[in-house]
Formats: sequence, C-alpha cells, structure tokens
Amino acid sequence: MYDTSDIRKGLKIMIDGAPYTVVEFQFVKPGKGAAFTRTKMKNLLTGAVLERNLRSGDKLEPADVETKTMQYLYADADSFIFMDTSTYDQVGIPKTTIGDSADYMPENINVEVLFFNARAVGVSLPNFIEQAIVETDPGFRGDTATGATKPAKISTGATINVPLFINVGDVIKIDTRTGQYLERLARA
Amino acid sequence: MVAARETLEARARILRAVRAWFESEGFLEVDTPARVRSPGQEVHLDAVPAGEAGWLITSPEYHMKRLVAAGLPRIVQIAKCWRANEVGPHHRGEFTMVEWYRANAPLEALADDCEALLRAAAAAAGRDPTALGLAAPFARATVRELWARHAGIELDGDEDATALRAKAAAAGVAVGGATAWDDIFYQVFLDRIEPRLAAAGPTFVFDWPAPLAALARAKSGDPRVVERFELYAGGLELANAFGELTDAVEQRRRFTEEAALRAARGRAVYPIDEALLSALPRMPPTAGIALGFDRLVMLVLGARDIGEVMAFGDENVG
Repeated sequence: MYDTSDIRKGLKIMIDGAPYTVVEFQFVKPGKGAAFTRTKMKNLLTGAVLERNLRSGDKLEPADVETKTMQYLYADADSFIFMDTSTYDQVGIPKTTIGDSADYMPENINVEVLFFNARAVGVSLPNFIEQAIVETDPGFRGDTATGATKPAKISTGATINVPLFINVGDVIKIDTRTGQYLERLARA
Repeated sequence: MVAARETLEARARILRAVRAWFESEGFLEVDTPARVRSPGQEVHLDAVPAGEAGWLITSPEYHMKRLVAAGLPRIVQIAKCWRANEVGPHHRGEFTMVEWYRANAPLEALADDCEALLRAAAAAAGRDPTALGLAAPFARATVRELWARHAGIELDGDEDATALRAKAAAAGVAVGGATAWDDIFYQVFLDRIEPRLAAAGPTFVFDWPAPLAALARAKSGDPRVVERFELYAGGLELANAFGELTDAVEQRRRFTEEAALRAARGRAVYPIDEALLSALPRMPPTAGIALGFDRLVMLVLGARDIGEVMAFGDENVG
C-alpha cells in the first residue's frame, strides 16, 4: 500500500476500483486540520481526469498496471495480435479495446501496451509514424503552397488529408494524436 | 525561486505599513522567545526540534497570552515561525506570522482590524484595494451556512464522528478512511467549501464547531460552536482568530486530550505549558489572531506560490 507521501507524478493507484495515474499534486493543509494532497489523476482506462483531496494517513492501493513494448503483427476477425518484443509471447487484444488507434497502427509497428490486472486494456502509439501512400488522386506537380488538400489512404486503411502534390508511394510523416499530415519524407 | 527585487521592495513596504498601522492603533510590539519547551500542542502541527528539550515555535501565542495576562492589553508580534513537513504552494517550513491580541475586545474587532490591515497593505504596495476586492466590507458567513449552501449538509457541531461521516457520505463526499471528526470535516471542507471560498471575495468564516475549538471559548448561547473565525481571500487562508479561552481547567483538559491524540497518531507529545495555564486565570476576556504575513504579500502582489514572496523561497523547504 502507498500513502500520500508516496504520491509522485506517474504513480499508479486504484480509485473506486479503477486504475489512475497521478498527473499533478499539491500539498494543502486547511485551518487546523490534517495535511492533504490535492491530486489530479487520469483514469488509465477511460482517460477521464479526476481531482481528489487525499488525506495524509489514508492508504492508497497500488494499481496493478504494467506497460510492455509490443510489436503489432496482424489482425484476425476480432483481435489485433501483438508480440512481446522481449519474450516473443503473442497476445490478442480485442479490436474494440484498440478503437481508433488502429487507424495509425500499421503492421510491424512497436507500441506500448497497457496491462491492468494482467489483461491488455489499451495501447499507446508513437507520436509520429511514417507511412507510404497507397491510394490517392494524381498529384499536381509544382503545387506546393496553396494549402489545398486531398484525401489519401495509408496501409491501415485510414484516410489522411495531404497536400495536392503527394503521390501514391510517397512516404509521409503523420501525427498519430491528431491524424494530421506533417511532411513528405520521400518521393515515390 | 529567489524573489524578484521589486517583490522584496513591495514586501518591505507592506511590512512597514503593517507596523505603522499597529502603532497607530496603540499596539505595543513585542518579541517573545522563538525557542521554547512547549510548542503548540495542536494535533496536526509538528514543531522543529531545537537543541535538547527545545523546539522552535509553531506560533508565538502561548508567550503572548502570558503578556496579556501580565497586563498588556494590546500587543502585536511579527514573528518567524517553523512547522515541520509543510511545503506547498501556500506553505513553507519557515514563515512569518503577524499575531496580535486585544484585551476586553470582541472577536468582531479583529475582523475590523483585518479589513483595515489588508487595505493598508495594498496601498503600501501601490495596489488598488478595489481591484483586489478589498475596498467593500468583507463577506461574513458561518461554518454552518457554508456547509448548507455548498455541501447541502446540515452541520450541528455536536453530532459524533459516525453521524458526521454518514452526512458527508450522503452528500457524495469521498471520505476515504477518515474516522476522526476533524478529518471528516476537513475532507468536506476541502472538497466542497474551500473551492467556493477561493472563487468568492474576502470572507470571514465565523462560528467553528466545538470539536475544532483549539484555544477558543464556546460561544455564549450556542455551545456547539466556538468564538473563532478564519479569513479567506484570493484563495488563501489568511488569518485565524479566537475569542480566547481563559478557563485554565478547560484549557488543561483540551491540552491533555490533544496530547493523547498526538500519542495515538504516533506524533511527538510536547510538555503542557504550565506557565500558560497558571497565567490564564489572570487574563481578561481577549480576542487574538494570527495572520500569515507571507500570504498577505501573496494576496497583494498576486503571487501563486508563497516562495515567490520570500527572499529564498526555494531553500526554505520544511
């Protein structure tokens, strides 16, 4: 068990049955009362942010969470199959757990998989990925500055808005947090 | 985080204004010992040890009360105080307290003092009291009113801890493992009341429940509450005032109870201040108050962290 003196950014604790990670914390001590730690935490399952005043002396249950670097191998009917890069064990994670992250998760990419009570509950992607365009309308040579965009498809099937000069086979950099095109890294 | 030169200059001007204000009110500035044998006995305060059988004061109140009992009716002290294990945006282990006593004056007189003092501090630093919300009379509320208004809880003050816990839980407050009356109280206070006070203008919070009496006397007409107020302004807890308890028997009972609570919680138990207890019967009805000087400077200058208004706020770490 932890107590409030263990609270640090990134500490993983259980609150009302869900795992949280500490985002921010502050010492507070009202009037002639006990010390509290005003603690802002993020729910590791839902991303929801919660603020609690945790009283010094209160026991905090550590959350049994672990992140492992895993390589995404392939998808079957309802799961994505990952391989632990250190043990080579393979695990399947339901597609519903991965959700929209799948748009920016091409095969063979390394991701951080979050386990809660030994069950995979989510993945975090690298902030940026490099992907070749597999499908888009022909580009217009020379049009580099107008800011106009067109849809382009990458290997995951996701559609990205790219500048008009991008062609099939070009390799681009994408921000996985926003789904935005950032730059062209190589021409076809 | 070493304070900026302008901050230290403003701090010095505010300090001069505070001294001048007390002088104009006929107060005698006193200087009582910083190293004592009996530091404050409060359950949630830990003193810093200073040599064999000595401690640094957590507040100068015991010695100042002895001066009031000895016949000094209006005294003020601007004192360094020390509290172990307190570091946060509003806390440092070493800080400056303005503490004053008015014999034969009601608690309300200290609220008037606070209003005048805050305005004088703002003016000394060249700040507009109106812009700081200090120009109009400060709001006044009771603890019971605030609990009803912001937490939807009817607080009596004489309910036991189990009943208080049930009230807090019914209002949706996550009380955790708290079983002590004051712990449950402050959980509700921090979760529901304090954020609302922080958003409001300066507010005196009067009539604290008897279990939080500390050194305050019971209110005549309603023994479930005591003569105590706290002043909140700009999200800061600025001052705590008591209608001082002068009943030595009752004071000894509270000290003994607090000592037992400290022992039960594994905290150091300090010797009871017998000199204070023997002086209390000679003390006239008195109102006393402690105001955090560093926090006053924070309020006036709009600082977010108390370290910003201290010369070496980054080194002063509990």
